[in-house]
Amino acid sequence: MSSSTKSTGSNGSAIKNSGINNFVVRFANVNGTGSASANHLFTKAIFRMGIPVTPKNIFPSNIQGLPTWYEVRVSEKGYLGRREGIDLLVAVNPQSMKADIASVRPGGYLLYDSSKKLNEEYLRSDIHYIGIPLMDMCNENYSDPRQRQLFKNIIYVGALAALFAIEFEVLEGLLADQFKGKEKLIPANVKALQLGGDYIRENFKYPLDMRVERRELLKDSILMDGNSACGLGAVYGGASVAAWYPITPSTSVVEAFMDYSATLRLDKETGKRKVAIVQAEDELAAIGMVIGAGWNGARSFTATSGPGVSLMNEFLGLAYFAEIPAVLIDVQRTGPSTGMPTRTQQSDVMEAAYASHGDTKHVLLFPSTPKECFDMTADAFDLAEELQTPIIVMTDLDLGMNDHISAPLQWDDKREYKRGKVLNAEQLEKIERFGRYKDVDNDGIPYRTYPGTHPTKGSYFTRGTSRDEYAVYTEDGNAYKKNMDRLMKKWETSKTMVHKPELYQEKNSSENGVLFFGTSAYSVEEAMDDLKLQGITLDALRIRSFPFNKTVEEFITSHKKVFVIEQNRDAQMKSIISIELQVDPNKLISILNYDGLPITAHHIALEIVKNLFTNKKVK
Amino acid sequence: MSYVRPKFRHPALPTNKLGYTVDYYEGSLSTLCAGCGHDSISASVIQAAFELNIEPHRLAKLSGIGCSSKTPAYFLSNSHGFNSVHGRMPSVATGANLANRDLIYFGVSGDGDTASIGMGQFVHVVRRNLNMVYVVMNNGCYGLTKGQDSATADLGSKNKSGQVNPFESIDLASLAIELGATFVAQSFSGDKAQLIPLMKAAIMHPGFAFINVISPCVTFNNNVGSTKSYDYVREHVEATATIDFVPEMKEITANYKEGSVEKVKMHDGSFIQLNKLAKDWDPLDKRSAVNAMMNAKEKGEILTGLLYMNPETKDLHHTINSTEKPLNTLSAKDLCPGSEMLKDINAEFR
Repeated sequence: MSSSTKSTGSNGSAIKNSGINNFVVRFANVNGTGSASANHLFTKAIFRMGIPVTPKNIFPSNIQGLPTWYEVRVSEKGYLGRREGIDLLVAVNPQSMKADIASVRPGGYLLYDSSKKLNEEYLRSDIHYIGIPLMDMCNENYSDPRQRQLFKNIIYVGALAALFAIEFEVLEGLLADQFKGKEKLIPANVKALQLGGDYIRENFKYPLDMRVERRELLKDSILMDGNSACGLGAVYGGASVAAWYPITPSTSVVEAFMDYSATLRLDKETGKRKVAIVQAEDELAAIGMVIGAGWNGARSFTATSGPGVSLMNEFLGLAYFAEIPAVLIDVQRTGPSTGMPTRTQQSDVMEAAYASHGDTKHVLLFPSTPKECFDMTADAFDLAEELQTPIIVMTDLDLGMNDHISAPLQWDDKREYKRGKVLNAEQLEKIERFGRYKDVDNDGIPYRTYPGTHPTKGSYFTRGTSRDEYAVYTEDGNAYKKNMDRLMKKWETSKTMVHKPELYQEKNSSENGVLFFGTSAYSVEEAMDDLKLQGITLDALRIRSFPFNKTVEEFITSHKKVFVIEQNRDAQMKSIISIELQVDPNKLISILNYDGLPITAHHIALEIVKNLFTNKKVK
Repeated sequence: MSYVRPKFRHPALPTNKLGYTVDYYEGSLSTLCAGCGHDSISASVIQAAFELNIEPHRLAKLSGIGCSSKTPAYFLSNSHGFNSVHGRMPSVATGANLANRDLIYFGVSGDGDTASIGMGQFVHVVRRNLNMVYVVMNNGCYGLTKGQDSATADLGSKNKSGQVNPFESIDLASLAIELGATFVAQSFSGDKAQLIPLMKAAIMHPGFAFINVISPCVTFNNNVGSTKSYDYVREHVEATATIDFVPEMKEITANYKEGSVEKVKMHDGSFIQLNKLAKDWDPLDKRSAVNAMMNAKEKGEILTGLLYMNPETKDLHHTINSTEKPLNTLSAKDLCPGSEMLKDINAEFR
């Protein structure tokens, strides 16, 4: 081997914070070079060996050429939040080489392409270098330039498999699944894996003591991204109309819906589709179509992100006031404005909760896992029709675009769609005068009719302007107020229908508590365990919906201090809690993360410790 | 308020095939200014629906915001109505149509609503060939905010305060043809004899049917120097071919000389009968229609009548290959793939 840095590190070196099934690998690639599927192969192999694993794409808002990273955390204990510190870095992007090398923890490893000698400035004495002449090997074995680029990635996966003792049969199985129907492609990929593995076996001590060992920790879990789960949830939830406008990171929600619908919603007899999907001209039109379809009795949805929700504001206000079912999946990204389009955040909370002018409130659901993405999307259609209002499912880029280990998706075949209070022709016959906005059942939820139901009864005018109980336009202050009060009553009713929070404690015993939601869940769980080791026990409550269930208020009331963890700058959830609940806002302490990367357990635990120990009198 | 309508109706009012008299097709009392052209258009809608024997509840009327968009309240009170947001009626109509393709969708808009804030949605609903009627009540000004020029105000036209519009106007009918609308007509609110058959043909057209109706604003744009005042329009209107709409199985013999009548067969077997076809263009040919529009503009004329149509059109549902059964009638059985399928899907993620 030509590389001067060859085998400076190998088996036997002191490895801190790592070991069996416990490490972080980061891949530094060039966007658009086909590395995604190779990196996914690595993750999936560990997953199939029954070991908890979580990958994160850290990618630029660019199609080709810029640096992109893929980070894989392996955790025997099942901690699936992002962890700081890189144990092994696959550095194959010269553009980011300097920063990549700097990011490896002392004692960690750097796998690089040694076809060219590594620049002196890149040499660190405290890390191990694993040089593999990736480009030379590709040039030698493949003639096609595209193949050379693609197989470079597969070769390093083969090398990693040897270093980490990933079972080769598992990789072969994955390739067989990936190339089903295109079996011709399999041997070339197997060969590339072997090239990488053989090179390690011939030139380095292997495997590392930082490696994987087969476990049975995952049972029937799946490894799925949240956006696919939302798209599938919309299929199962009975959505028949989807209108959308592409925006990162939500685009793959409707694409998944489209893909699943292509087979699952095809009428085999006629060859026609039991679904209508329209790519709208913009977000305004997308939500307009959803509302038009909802008014007309079809379950409809759209998916977008922060800038899209901004554009949809006016229509969301209309749907709230005119009381039209609609489902919106908001895959949050980093704002404000265009922000960082490919980075994650939870910064649309306030925008979504009060979207549009006037006194407007929207029901929000906060999933934490792909299974919850599926469940809550399906549930959103029931809620939208039962409450006759928009329901916004609040996911984020981390949940939406990254694979997560999740309980398998389930569906109860006995489940029926809850279509809410809709009157048919027969029921209308029995009513003397239909009042579209009349509170018949004293729950704030009126009855509605679909256009075309009855020749003389049930027709009404839907509008964003004030009207009386019979949908007749009025500017009478009392009629307006009565209507607004009824909408508030409906809001109260919705509290009994939305998802209850989840309590993470054995008993309601600790002095202080933690409130969190969405993808922070992954790191909160780990942080709570870390704190327990330090003698700090905290009750934790995961918020799953807005409006808040009364449990949230009780939780805050029953603890001295409550840490509210969220991934935005302005503590938006804390603000809403302070606005909506009768609690002492001084009790609420924010722990925030807003650098565009998922929050980590370390950050949460550190902030809690800092707060508790600098405020001893409270503790 | 336009007029006070007596509740009394003559007992011997004629009925249509469904047994309804024309008052069955009326709406609530108009709150627009007395003499508003929009009320005449509403009256034409009422008459067209009556003559076509439409069951009102099978028609959904949608609008945006503005004087024009108020009018759906003034016709067909047994129809569902949707007064949406400014300029965004087309997307709501699209969603409604996707949900239930079996109803008739009648959209009403104004020149502010369509040619400014709603221009984006207008061009895309044309492009998708949504099966709907799209009527613009075009008065060249903003009535509800008291008389500002709209984007369809003609270059050089004077508004009520005497200011001359310095900008070129947007010609919605020409634009619709350019964009691929499959039925484009233009009319004048004061010419019900022309407007009613156009409405009928538009309703029966199986794709996007656009009617731009010059509808003078009596309060804010009926002054000397305005090119959308009643007097100006009456003096400059140039009717193309007058048309009759001939329902299916009820063909009437035309009284015109041979060679001056052209029949266009509609999808359901009815006919549009173009009488006294103008010599210089063919309304079935897009290029010819565009030329005629340009020529009229050069001469300072307002060309009215059926400008262009393609009777062989396919609508949005055809393009996206959606099922014949309205999507809003599909049940969980049709829509939900069930737990067994989910097992297979889970397996793909292992």
